[in-house]
Order: sequence, then C-alpha cells, then structure tokens
Amino acid sequence: MERFSVQEKELREILPEKTLKTRLPQVQINRETKPALPRYRNEIAKYIIYRSDDCIRCGKCAELCPYHVHVLKPGYKYFAMPKSYLCTGEACQKTDHYCITQCPQKALRIIKNPMIEALGDYRWPADMLLATWRMAETGEPPLSEYEYNYQAGESGGGFDRIRFKFPETPPVELQDDEIDTSILLNHRDDGRPQIQIDVPWYGGGMSFGSVSNVTQLSKVRAATAFNTFSCSGEGGYMERMRPYDDHMITQVATGLFGVREETIQRVRIVEFKYAQGAKPGLGGHLLGDKNTPAVAKIREAVVGISLFSPFPFHSVYSIEDHMKHLDWIKHVNRRALLSTKVSTPTDVDMVAVGSYSAGTHIIHLDGGYGGTGAAPDIAKKNIAMPIEYAIAKVHKFLVDEGAREKVVLIASGGIRTAHDIAKAIALGADGVVVGTAEMIALGCVRCSRCSAGRGCPRGIATTDPGLVTQIDIEWGTQRLINLYSAWRKDLIEILKRFGLRSVRELVGRSDLLMHLDFTNDILNELTGK
Amino acid sequence: MPEKYHIKTTPVPPRLPRIGKHGIVDWREDCARCHNCVKKACVYDRHRQEAAYIRNLKYSDFLFFECMGCFSCVQNCTKDLLCLTINSEYKKLGNHYWTPEIIHITWQQAETAAVPVSGAGYRGKFSGHGFDSMWTDMSEIVRPTRDGIHGREYISTSVDIGKKPSYLTFDSDQNISGLPAVIDIPMPMIVDMNPAEFTLPQLESYIIEAVKLTDLIAIVDSAKWPAALNDSQMKNIEAYLPHIAFHLNPDAPEIPFDVLRKTRLVEIPDHDDVLSRIAELKEKYPGLIISVRVALDSKGVDRTVELSRLGAEVIHTVADFNGNEIGVDSPGFIKDRIREIHTTLIKEGIRDEVTIIASGGFALPEHMAKGLLCGADVISIYLPLLIALECRLCNTCRPGLICPARLEDISFEYGVGRMRNLIAAWHLQLIELMGAMGMREARRLRGDVGRAMFFEELEEEIFGTLFGSRKRA
Repeated sequence: MERFSVQEKELREILPEKTLKTRLPQVQINRETKPALPRYRNEIAKYIIYRSDDCIRCGKCAELCPYHVHVLKPGYKYFAMPKSYLCTGEACQKTDHYCITQCPQKALRIIKNPMIEALGDYRWPADMLLATWRMAETGEPPLSEYEYNYQAGESGGGFDRIRFKFPETPPVELQDDEIDTSILLNHRDDGRPQIQIDVPWYGGGMSFGSVSNVTQLSKVRAATAFNTFSCSGEGGYMERMRPYDDHMITQVATGLFGVREETIQRVRIVEFKYAQGAKPGLGGHLLGDKNTPAVAKIREAVVGISLFSPFPFHSVYSIEDHMKHLDWIKHVNRRALLSTKVSTPTDVDMVAVGSYSAGTHIIHLDGGYGGTGAAPDIAKKNIAMPIEYAIAKVHKFLVDEGAREKVVLIASGGIRTAHDIAKAIALGADGVVVGTAEMIALGCVRCSRCSAGRGCPRGIATTDPGLVTQIDIEWGTQRLINLYSAWRKDLIEILKRFGLRSVRELVGRSDLLMHLDFTNDILNELTGK
Repeated sequence: MPEKYHIKTTPVPPRLPRIGKHGIVDWREDCARCHNCVKKACVYDRHRQEAAYIRNLKYSDFLFFECMGCFSCVQNCTKDLLCLTINSEYKKLGNHYWTPEIIHITWQQAETAAVPVSGAGYRGKFSGHGFDSMWTDMSEIVRPTRDGIHGREYISTSVDIGKKPSYLTFDSDQNISGLPAVIDIPMPMIVDMNPAEFTLPQLESYIIEAVKLTDLIAIVDSAKWPAALNDSQMKNIEAYLPHIAFHLNPDAPEIPFDVLRKTRLVEIPDHDDVLSRIAELKEKYPGLIISVRVALDSKGVDRTVELSRLGAEVIHTVADFNGNEIGVDSPGFIKDRIREIHTTLIKEGIRDEVTIIASGGFALPEHMAKGLLCGADVISIYLPLLIALECRLCNTCRPGLICPARLEDISFEYGVGRMRNLIAAWHLQLIELMGAMGMREARRLRGDVGRAMFFEELEEEIFGTLFGSRKRA
C-alpha cells in the first residue's frame, strides 16, 4: 500500500486530474507456477494407450509408471482412461517401467497417434505444440523423455536452421539465481522513467474483438506476474483492464477505434502501430461477425460492421511527421515510453534509424511471418522480410550509425519458444514480443478459424458469448504464467551454458550462433584463411 | 473521375461436395451412447451436416469433408473415439507444384470472388522453389519514392500490350505521327489457349464469355474457330472479337479477314521466317498487334532477346505448366528467366519496345505480382481457370476416361461465373499487394526488383556476413 501511495504522489504531478480520478489501485499477481491441467477431456497425445478387457486391475501399471498415465482412483472399480498424453512412448521402451511389456495380462497396447499428422504445420509442428501445452500445464520445460523436437520448427529457414554453438563446458559455472533475465526499456537519457521488465519479452497486441476479454485479461495478468507488459492491440479496451494499467501498452493504430487521450494517459508505454507483420502494408482487419455489441461499444463502432483500419497513418509520410506523432503522445502522457511498431520492408534499417531519430524509445520490428486474428492469406506469406533478416540488418545498421545503445530493439513475428527468443537476441534484438505462443498455451491448435463467423471454436480468439466461457480467467492466467516460467528456465539454461550472467550480454552475439546451411567460418573468410 | 475497373460478381457455389483438408474418423464401436455427444456441439455444425449429406447422398463416390480442423469434438468425446486426419482425397489434389493448398484456395476464390482471409499467422515453409523464394516489399514510414496511397480506388492495374516508342516523331504539320497501336487491358493478365493435355469440350466459349465480362483477352487456337463461340455468342460476335486473340495455327484454316481485323491481338508460333509472317500480317491488318509465342526451352531466353532486337512488338514466353524451362535437365524457373530477359533488354535499351507476356507456373495472384516485379509486362494463365471449375488436375481429361470433377456436365452460368469470380479475386489481391507496396500503377511494377526481396540475396547479404558462405542453393 505504501508503494502505491508513493506512485500516486508521483503520478499526481504528471497525470491530468480526470485520468487520476479514474485510476484504480493496481493489482499484483503471484508468479508461482501451479498445474493448469488441459481443459479438454482428451488431450492430444503422440501415443495412444489402449487398455483391453483382459485387464485384471492389478494396478501394476499405475505403480510402475512415473508419469501417471494410469490412474485408478480410490473407490473406483475401473481404471480411468489412460492419460496418453503423459506417456513418453518409444523412450519408455528401454526402461524397466514400460507398462506394455510389464503388464502381466498383456492388456495394454500402444500405437503412434495417427492424428499427429493433422496437427500443426511447418512453423508450428506438432511437437512444438505439444511441448508448449506441456509447459503451460506444468511451468517446466518438457522432460527430455518426451523427445519433443520443440526447439526449432520445420520451416526450413530462419530460426529453424539456426543453432547455438554451445561450448562443451560453460566458461563460467553459474547458478540459476545468478543469471539475470531482465532488460531495460529506456536507453535514452531523456528524463522519462526507466522501465525494467523481468523477462526479455512482452505480450503482443491483440485487440478486444480479435480475442476475447478473457484472453486479454489472462495475458495482462500473466504479464503483471512477470513484471512485463501486454499490449491492447488496436482500439479501446475494457474497464476491467484498469487494475493492470501499469502492465498494459496502449496501442495507437491507424483506426484508433476507441483510443482516446485518457486511454493513452493510463499506461506506461504507448505503441504506435504503423504496420503488422501478418499483413504488412495493410490495415487491421476485424470482420463483422466478431464485432459484437460489447466490442462495438468499446471500439466505438457499429455492431456487425467489419473494422478495416486504413494504411498508413495519413498524417505520417515522413520521419518528421512521425516525430510529430511521438511528440503528441509525449505531450499527452509525460511518463510514457514510446514504442514504434513497424514491419520489415527492404529498407527496414532506414525506418529504424529514422524512428530512433524521431525520438522513439523502442523500435518494434514485426516480421513478415507474424501472427494475426485475421489477414488476407496473400499478405501473410508474401509481403515483407522474415524477422530473422530484419533483426540482424537493423542491429548492424544502428551499430554503424552509433545509435544502437540509445534505443531498444524489440522483435516479433514468428517467435515461438525460448530458443527463438535467445536466437533473436543473439542476432541483435534486446527483447521480443510474443503472441501466437500465448494462444497456443491457452489451447489454440492453429486451425486458422479465428477470423470470421463465431471465431475461434476453442474460445480464445472469439467474441461469441457462448464460446468465450470455455476459458476461465484464473486458468488462462496460470497457463501463461506457467509458459513464461518454463521459457525463463529454458532461457536461463541457454545463458548458463554460455556462461553469461545476463541476457543483456547476449545481445548481438551472433558469434554464438551457427546456421546449418552456411559454412560458419566467417572469421576465416574475413581474414582470408 | 473515369469509371473504375470493377468486376461484378456473385457467389457461385461448388457443384460437388467440397474436398476439405480434414476428415473426422469416427470409431463408433465403443460409443458410450452418452447422449451428450460432442458432435452436437460442433461450432460449425459439421457433424449434423454430414449426417444430412449422407441421408441425401447425391454422389456415392464423395464423402463429406467440411471439418474445420479445430479438434474440439475429438478432444471432448467422452470415450475418445474420434480421430482427426488429413483427408486422403485432399492429399491427392494437384501435384507437387499445384499443391492441394493452391487448388483449395482457388476453389474458394472461384466460389466467393473474395480475398481469402484467415486467422493465425503463416503456416508454410520459410522459403521455397520458384515464386516462393521471393517476397514483395511494403511501404513504410520513410520510403522516399512512395506513391502516397490514400485508398485502393486510386490504384490502377491497367497495363499496355504493344510497342512503346522511346521518343516521339512529328509529321510536317507538327502532329505526332507513327504511334504504334497499343492495347490497354485492365489487369496484367490474359488467358492462354487450352493446352492439349486438358482438352475439354465447350470450354472456349466459357472462357471467352469470362474474359469479355472482365474486359480481358483470351488466346484461342484458330483451329477451334468458329466452334469456340456458342450460338448465342455468335449472334453478337462483334462484342466478343476484341477479347479474342487468335493463335494462328499453321495447320488450321485461315481466320476470315473480317473476323481477324476486328480483333486487337493475334499470336503466331515462332519459326525461322517469323519476321516475314509479322510483316505480312501487319500489311494486311495494320492495327493488329502481333505476339510471337516462344517456348521457354534452352534457347528461349536468347530467342526472346533476339526477336526483341529484330523488332517483335510482343513476345509470349511460355514455360511448362510448373513454370520450368521446357526440355532442360536442370530447368530454370520462369521468374529467373524473365529477370534475365528483362535485364538484358534494359541493357540493350530496347525494353519498352517489346511487351513480354510470361506464361507457365502462375498459380496464385501473388505470382502475377511477382512475375511483373521480375520483368514481365503481362502474365498468362490457363490452369487456374480450369481449377476454378473444381478440376483437381488429375490429368485424366482424355476421351474414354471419366472426369472426377464431371467437367463435361458444367453449365454455362456456372463455368463463366466461377472463372469470372477467380479473376475478380486475383484482381483484388493484386490491389492488396500494390497497396502494401505503395504502388499506384501496375505498369510500374514491371521489373521493379527494388520492391522485391529474393531469398538467395537476403541470405547472402544478411546471413552471409554472420555465417560465412551458403552451402546449398
């Protein structure tokens, strides 16, 4: 409470009276990991275990299995259906607790799940989905026994062909608690507040309409727990988000849709969205079906009408115009840091340095393969460069221009795992923004049905009152806290293996990476050896 | 303000059951009859629709595949009896180039005439073969050359076919003289002639109707004249001829003078004495623009450049269906060969004196934009229109074989409507890409590789400085 009073005193000097009056006490969320079990009866599994009628319920399988696949609840006569998704399958065959061979009645049978073929895609293969679900359930990186190949996708390029060059032994032995994963978001000495976030990522912009209010709340609550941020996406957002204002980013996009000066004054970071990686060069898309009365009210629109934002900001045709935009926000909210979200055109380096010179604190690059609630398919695949190129290109240019230390570089658009996060940072980013991974943690299967009709059949990216109820806020928050926790552990493990005490030491360390399609002897090539 | 190019469309539903990507396998043997079946809760009501479909089965060889792949029923089934799979019929669509995804999305566009929109990000490979190894650029804050797009209504997709003089000449009265004829078409696409591999009766008349509705041009084999027009069209022949470009087949009877002179474009096959043939036609039909069809084989690039040097006004460079050079062991792809032709013509200072029409491998609307960025003035398509009719490219359209898409049964309205819708959807998507690039003129796309990014170049330029040399192409 004392901390809150101090904050209020400071804010009183900064925020307009009207905004102060509407400000609510900020809520704290516990970062503790707790099991957040799958919300579907049958979690998708790599293997399926069948129990035949030959079972005599001797209980040996339940006794043997360390993963609790077999459950005979006290007082029950029959076993529950095997929890196949907990089974390690082939990896278990080499052990002495393999239930299939150990069953005295040979009543158990295992097969590879034929459904796995229908799950996932090149960018999010089945293993990556399954591993993310496990992390969201447990808060731990998946056990190696599960043999999830989740650290890279199968797209055949970018992060999926980049690996870490881990030394055989770490140059320095470090304990987990000696490793710092926090980053600072203000590299300018401009009198604006410094903001430190405890993990080098924050949640991407997802508007109310593109996702449900429960999804938005789950995201910001997890961000609060990890002392990081979540972003509003385009348009206004609910009053229910006010207790988390200190961890919200208000996005100012071309359509505004309910963003007012008060919305801008509420928060500590304001993001200008110039473009989005999933549809670079196009405005936001919210199809009419998802524009329900609740959405229309918040976004100051007409119910049922598709909301297509214009592109670009018609008030911005130069860096000077951009600077005027930033100055406007700086004037309206004197405590806010400013982020500029752009996509990745061929001259993304010029865009970045221009944005820096205009006074932004954060340059947020959203690569061509970014996520979305709705985008033309033609735009998803074909416009703008993938983020992997853009990070390296912008980082190098900012270094050459002597501006790299003055601005925070954030990357998004295809960041799926802690390994991607570390790779992005090693290529030159300070941190990343994540979006799709959060949806996966909440149970998304990437069926791509979030755009129209009732929206997401799994209750995540929908505004349909019937579907929204599938997710409970506490459960959603916990799933994301668990995912963040598991990622942080994965990230610490990577830093530990390199002997790095802080994630900030990883920035731009592309020498710690190798690309499977390259000779990786750049030093020899440069020196002519 | 002049009237904008707009294609009026109406949805044209498929004739056959859709072949969706996913199928639900139902293991009914152990059903608990729980009376709380998850199938009732399908967000899309697909299970009920499936039951209705089976009750009123029209085609016994078509199953119901409209599952949206959300896994909800699979994961909620009390006894875990359901299994989602990739539909094997779906996997069989098309071939390695004309993938099931391409066929599927083409069907969707032919039905709705809309830009396909979906949620979640891109799902495919990082990069790939052919057009998949390049990205179009987009316009961001600092682009100094941007056009300043304020809305799609300002984007023109028109292009010209014909010779564009590099300087003007004036007669003794100081009037501009000697301007060659030029055809202005409202989008950079024409329809190629029906390839022998996909011979279907009556299709020409449908295509001609569709190009008339969309104000485009279709190439028609002169051997198929006059059967290419149906009776109704023949009564109004004057309206159709500007949309027909005859391919003057040397083995076919000559097209009557009064017919040919009312067309705007004609195509002749390349041969040793092609220049004499052009001269002969020019003399007889002074206003007619003559295109030379050149096969993109091992000599295709050189021949195209040579004909350009010799004064051909339009060259139609034709690769195989998959965009590859014809009859070459390690064939190059059309986009690379077009780039080669374009840059050679630029260096020789004759690029504007010839129109390059590129054909082969243009399967999606983005291929059209990318083909132009690589240097084509116009692209030509055929197979996408065939696919629009629910063709699966099974390559069995020969006499005596049954067409699984029952193309012999299609109605005129259906055929024309589906093709028109597809063209409209391509047009809209070209505008999407041009809007993103900040381009107002499709003419300015030609050869503007500054608005494109190529995989190999990005790898070398960016990753090459970090990781050394690239090991594989």
